[in-house]
Amino acid sequence: MGLTGIQIFKLLPKTNCGECGVPTCLAFAMNLASGKAELAKCPYVSEEAKEKLATESAPPIRPLTIGTGEYAVKVGGETVLFRHEKTFVNPPGFAVLVSTDEDEASVSGKIDRFKKAQYDRVGLKLRAEMFAIKDANGDAAKFCALAKKISETGASMVFISESVDVMTAAADSFKDKKPLLHGATAANVEAFGNLAKAAECPVAVKGDGSLKSVIALTEKLTAMGLKDIVIDTGTRELKKAFEEQILIRRSALKDRFRPLGFPTIVMANEMGDGLMEEALVAATFVAKYGAVIVMSDLQPHVIFPLLLERLNIYTDPQRPMTAEQGIYPINNPDENSPVLVTCNFSLTYFIVSGEIEGSRVPSWLCVQDTEGLSVMTAWAAGKFSGESVGSFINKCGIKDKVKHKNIIIPGYAAGISGELEEELGAGWTISVGPREASQIPKYLKSLKA
Amino acid sequence: MTFQPSKQVYSGKIREVTLGIGDKAVTIGGKGVFSFHSFEGSIPNPPRIAMEVWDKDPSEDWSAAAKAPFSDVLSDPAAWARKCVDAYGAEIIVVQTKSADPNGDNRAAAEVAATVKKVVDAVDVPVIVWGVANHEKDVDVLKQVAENCSGKRAALCPVEEGDYKQIGAACLGYKQVAVASSPIDVNLAKQLNILLGNLGVSQDDLIIDPTTGGLGYGLEYTYSVMERIVQAALTQEDDKLQQPIIANVANETWKCKESNLSAEDAPELGDPTKRGVLMEAITAVDLLIAGADVVVMRHPEAVKLVKKYIAKMM
Repeated sequence: MGLTGIQIFKLLPKTNCGECGVPTCLAFAMNLASGKAELAKCPYVSEEAKEKLATESAPPIRPLTIGTGEYAVKVGGETVLFRHEKTFVNPPGFAVLVSTDEDEASVSGKIDRFKKAQYDRVGLKLRAEMFAIKDANGDAAKFCALAKKISETGASMVFISESVDVMTAAADSFKDKKPLLHGATAANVEAFGNLAKAAECPVAVKGDGSLKSVIALTEKLTAMGLKDIVIDTGTRELKKAFEEQILIRRSALKDRFRPLGFPTIVMANEMGDGLMEEALVAATFVAKYGAVIVMSDLQPHVIFPLLLERLNIYTDPQRPMTAEQGIYPINNPDENSPVLVTCNFSLTYFIVSGEIEGSRVPSWLCVQDTEGLSVMTAWAAGKFSGESVGSFINKCGIKDKVKHKNIIIPGYAAGISGELEEELGAGWTISVGPREASQIPKYLKSLKA
Repeated sequence: MTFQPSKQVYSGKIREVTLGIGDKAVTIGGKGVFSFHSFEGSIPNPPRIAMEVWDKDPSEDWSAAAKAPFSDVLSDPAAWARKCVDAYGAEIIVVQTKSADPNGDNRAAAEVAATVKKVVDAVDVPVIVWGVANHEKDVDVLKQVAENCSGKRAALCPVEEGDYKQIGAACLGYKQVAVASSPIDVNLAKQLNILLGNLGVSQDDLIIDPTTGGLGYGLEYTYSVMERIVQAALTQEDDKLQQPIIANVANETWKCKESNLSAEDAPELGDPTKRGVLMEAITAVDLLIAGADVVVMRHPEAVKLVKKYIAKMM
């Protein structure tokens, strides 16, 4: 990633032996730089060059995975400061805190809400994926019992304790679940480094509220051979935490400053007075660079808006989100219900389906694949033409669902109505609906009257 | 390794624009660094929250959660505005002239402008008048508003490419502030600012509305356009984009489905009031981080949360 082809070339044997599959070392270097080849293909590269290339070409922010299975959270690996520069890649994990001094009913309530709060949106599943388990009194048996209960949910876990005894016992029992071990402080870093290494689990450093302390800890762990490190700066004040997140990301990307090139964990649970305030803290670090965000509780009205935010911020700006092509029944339509057709740009779909739903008029919404283009753009690009809409209507199966032969098209695509009529054949009528989705309820109600 | 925090180089700053007159006038903009980056430069004015009132009773359109705090004033825009100022500490009022919508009530321009005047007279804080994005109707309404409110330094919105000459001229003639509104695009925002400049609108009287997408409904587009505008203004010395930014948050977040579903209709989404409040507050927080200088909000609980948030971040 970091080095140019020429810089890599200088480290290669320059013998042009061709054993790597390409004729020259320069061509091989170019392939390495663009990620098309792997260094291992060169049988003659020196150990020194290997090491140098490995460090230099490593991603500026270490990618790592916390947890296993369907709830595993991949963090780090980001390459930009602003999402419009390319895209953010690994959405932060949301973690719910449970503590060993918490009563059982409270823990069970959180587990219950965690399981229930799952939402489908354009083919994606939105949900929190982690629990943070906090050691309140240094009791290893109690901690492991709580971790056992949580692990049964399948959730990824963060273990929070500064006690080497507790963490050793917990890491030993649950290392297969790849929990994040939090946290290594100046006082225990050696022992934490060793136990994380033995358990092969990612480890979080916990600073004293300064980046300097964080750097000392990550350098120490790196020297011990650990790679999967997560940063908690120790700061619990919103404004300072914001500053730190900016500086960490910037130093990692712009200066390739290795000691800060790790994903970060943010304790929103310790930074707000009540869950509503925590939500705004969490929202801040969804936008600005948190990789794991811990909250004191999970309530559907809090997690749902945060999940939407995370989805929005981590959407690839170069690839519009799309709804799946097909027929969407809204408000329990029957064979006499109106049929509307629109494009598959996800925003169009959300807004149009929302307005139809709000109108309470039973309707069929046919969503045509326009490669994520909006109605006007798709129409201008010829992807929402009489021909394409006609062939979609003919094939999608809506004809078997209704008795009538009337299709409502978006107002902005009024121009296609003639061609569409031709495409659908005799007996079909094309009605031009409103231009703006907000007028759909009024339009549908006028049809009924 | 010794650590030197990576520095962002700033070469420009956002202009200050003052809304309203007298003791309660509010100056927005002025920052020379990205939002809340006070650790590397000056942010002379905190971002502000404007509270909206409608010029018609919104009872039919609003959910129970949104109506509850205002149930006693929803049919009286002036009383509503006063309640926002007196009870909820609003520093700016936005009047949404919903009754003017030709697709809705289509109230006559003179009548709409008279209601706006009542609101302006009822409060001492600055007022922003937000039209319905119908060129013809907005021109009719906002021209009369500009005249009626002469000398108040109100802000008129949206001034769009299709009506900037008329509304821009009204702003010039009656010394009001223009809010230039463009559809989520840096270049179109810049273009409209240039056009308004050519018309004679001073950069001291100009605010950018880059169009707001609510949470789950295009927030990411607005978020990135704002970041790009602010980057161009602060790091690329793009003079034409160095204007404060406003985001019409309430209007967008409260019309989306998930903000309005009742507990019976969507038990899986939890408490409807808290959900609506957070849909609004999280949108506001994201856009403040991206670069907004003013966020237009509705629910007093959301206002309170975001106000406290801004105080902590300044």
